[in-house]
Amino acid sequence: MIDGDVYGEEYSFSMSIDTTEKYQLIKTEDGLCLQLSGDWRFQSGIPDIDILLKHLINTQPVNLSFDCHRLENWDSGLMTFLVNLLKSCKQNNISVLQKTLPAGIHKLLQLSFAVPERKGARRAILGQPVLAKIGNVTIEMHRNWSDLLAFVGEIFFGFLNFLRGRARFRYSDLFFQIEAAGPSALLIITLISVLIGMILAFVGAVQLRLFGAEIFIANLVGLGMAREMGAMMTAIIMAGRTGAAYAAQLGTMQVNEEIDALKTMGISPIEFLVLPRLIALCLTMPLLCIYADFMGIIGGAIVSATMMDISFFQYFQQIQDFVPLKHFGVGIFKAGVFGVLVATAGCFRGLQCGRSASSVGFAATSAVVTSIVLIIVADAIITVICQIIGI
Amino acid sequence: MAEIPHFDIRNLTIAYGDVIIQEKLDFTINRGEVFVIMGGSGCGKSTLLRHLVGLMEPSIGDIFVDGVNLWQSSSEERNQIISRNGVLYQGGALWSSMTLAENIALPLTEYTDLKQKQIADVIAYKLSLVGLAGFEDYYPSEISGGMRKRAGLARAMALDPDILFFDEPSAGLDPVSSRLLDDLILELRDSLGATVVVVSHELASIFTVGDNSIFLDPNEKTIIATGSPKKLLETSDDPRVIQFLTRTT
Ligand SMILES: Nc1ncnc2c1ncn2[C@@H]1O[C@H](COP(=O)(O)OP(=O)(O)OP(=O)(O)O)[C@@H](O)[C@H]1O
Ligand SMILES: [Mg+2]
Repeated sequence: MIDGDVYGEEYSFSMSIDTTEKYQLIKTEDGLCLQLSGDWRFQSGIPDIDILLKHLINTQPVNLSFDCHRLENWDSGLMTFLVNLLKSCKQNNISVLQKTLPAGIHKLLQLSFAVPERKGARRAILGQPVLAKIGNVTIEMHRNWSDLLAFVGEIFFGFLNFLRGRARFRYSDLFFQIEAAGPSALLIITLISVLIGMILAFVGAVQLRLFGAEIFIANLVGLGMAREMGAMMTAIIMAGRTGAAYAAQLGTMQVNEEIDALKTMGISPIEFLVLPRLIALCLTMPLLCIYADFMGIIGGAIVSATMMDISFFQYFQQIQDFVPLKHFGVGIFKAGVFGVLVATAGCFRGLQCGRSASSVGFAATSAVVTSIVLIIVADAIITVICQIIGI
Repeated sequence: MAEIPHFDIRNLTIAYGDVIIQEKLDFTINRGEVFVIMGGSGCGKSTLLRHLVGLMEPSIGDIFVDGVNLWQSSSEERNQIISRNGVLYQGGALWSSMTLAENIALPLTEYTDLKQKQIADVIAYKLSLVGLAGFEDYYPSEISGGMRKRAGLARAMALDPDILFFDEPSAGLDPVSSRLLDDLILELRDSLGATVVVVSHELASIFTVGDNSIFLDPNEKTIIATGSPKKLLETSDDPRVIQFLTRTT
């Protein structure tokens, strides 16, 4: 079958068709024999199979046998080589005499072909056109928002049940969540708020000094903290701290089928898991916000006292006179709203979580992102409304 | 038989999105029998179980529980039906923020008027049934995988449900505990008259406890054999079923 002329010189010496240091392809009376020799481990290099396959396809032997008496060490490197070889031989109707392989290799090969690949199991995601991708992302986003709306609806009904005293959750959970969200966040809130207060004072000081109006630094800091920065910074800290924790907790419960276990007990995860967290944040955030306002104002006082010789007494007197309580009210109201948003986003992402460890990480990240977006948007809306109704 | 079957599954198709896992499933589960769901790994047994317990809505087809169509009834009615199930998940699914005692206590406080003392007694009894006496105050993270599974079993049995679903109850258990588990399943059936639906790979246990069974195939995507496992072994001529039941290749 093999035309001597075609293979010329190669064929003429010792009947060898393809030779490398690892294998030799030799003609036998009824086909070809692949002689394997030396070290066939990944670390010592596995020869490229394409050249061998080209030779095989060109010669179309009736069968292919193996000679392994010079084969030394081998590992999965040899096995993957053989699996690929067997697959292409099957495609090209070359029968392979597997029995001529050493018993161990033969067994492993048989095992790897024992369970045929499941129809349609392999996924064809690669090569999706850009337009299809954009479409899929859009559909996904749309679904996301309608899921969120449905979730908010469920929370609403859960809350109604709570008001009627029929919600199923353990009060010990609520207290635990309040403790986890509130007191343990105080340290970081102190640090951030004092610094924010100082920064506000610094920025203002430079400008106000030009007009000799240093005392107004108190108005600036007081108003800034009370209306905006107190609530905003608390919310952002809580989004990173508590919102992400909620997403991770509920996400892990989703992975462990704990949420399913609740559902099959007829206990609504919304009431049992989401409500205590939501109520806890809604209660603690305003308190934390008051604390943050106060800390920020103290930060401003430190800067005024050290840089501008405004005494503490003057500073606080100024705030008392020019920053009426309603501004604090606006901030505290915002904090309550932000609390609801952070808890909702965290729990929503957590319950939406898939069934793997990486999706828990993703849930935590997207909880923070969602929270921060919602916080800023809500802040803008509330500010506009306050403007309109003149608070 | 005039009696309404406990579970009646008609033309059920189960799928994740567009990916069909199993289709055209038709079978009934009678009251007081141990029903085994068999099939190779990844063929959709756990998914089928999630449909039977009402966690997933069928893409096509209906599930009747005691003659009531699960997904045609109101969500309150469905919740009521669902909460009568005892379910043991493949991984145990204990609530990780609660001790074993609290895990078992939760359904009891939700659905019964038992006093603290009585609840404690029930917890101790259920834990001793699964060989975990004295582990009341352990958190799920403090016990081994097999123990978690058994604790999950104790929780599933907390309310003495008349139907229990076990997803691979004996996976991860030693041979002795796994024997005890079989005894427990038979005891639940015989003394409480409970229906038990088991997903299992354990041949010994399949033959000991199984009254009736279905065999799912991942390629056909449907049931390829039904009947009592012992009968199947004697009479089936489908090589895939024989392979599974005799552990040959
Ligand atoms: N969340 C999911 N999304 C998409 N496909 C899934 C999901 N979960 C499982 N599948 C697919 O559904 C099929 C059946 O999974 P299932 O967990 O029901 O198998 P199983 O029969 O219980 O297997 P095992 O015996 O290993 O537990 C699998 O092929 C899997 O790829
Ligand atoms: Mg499974």
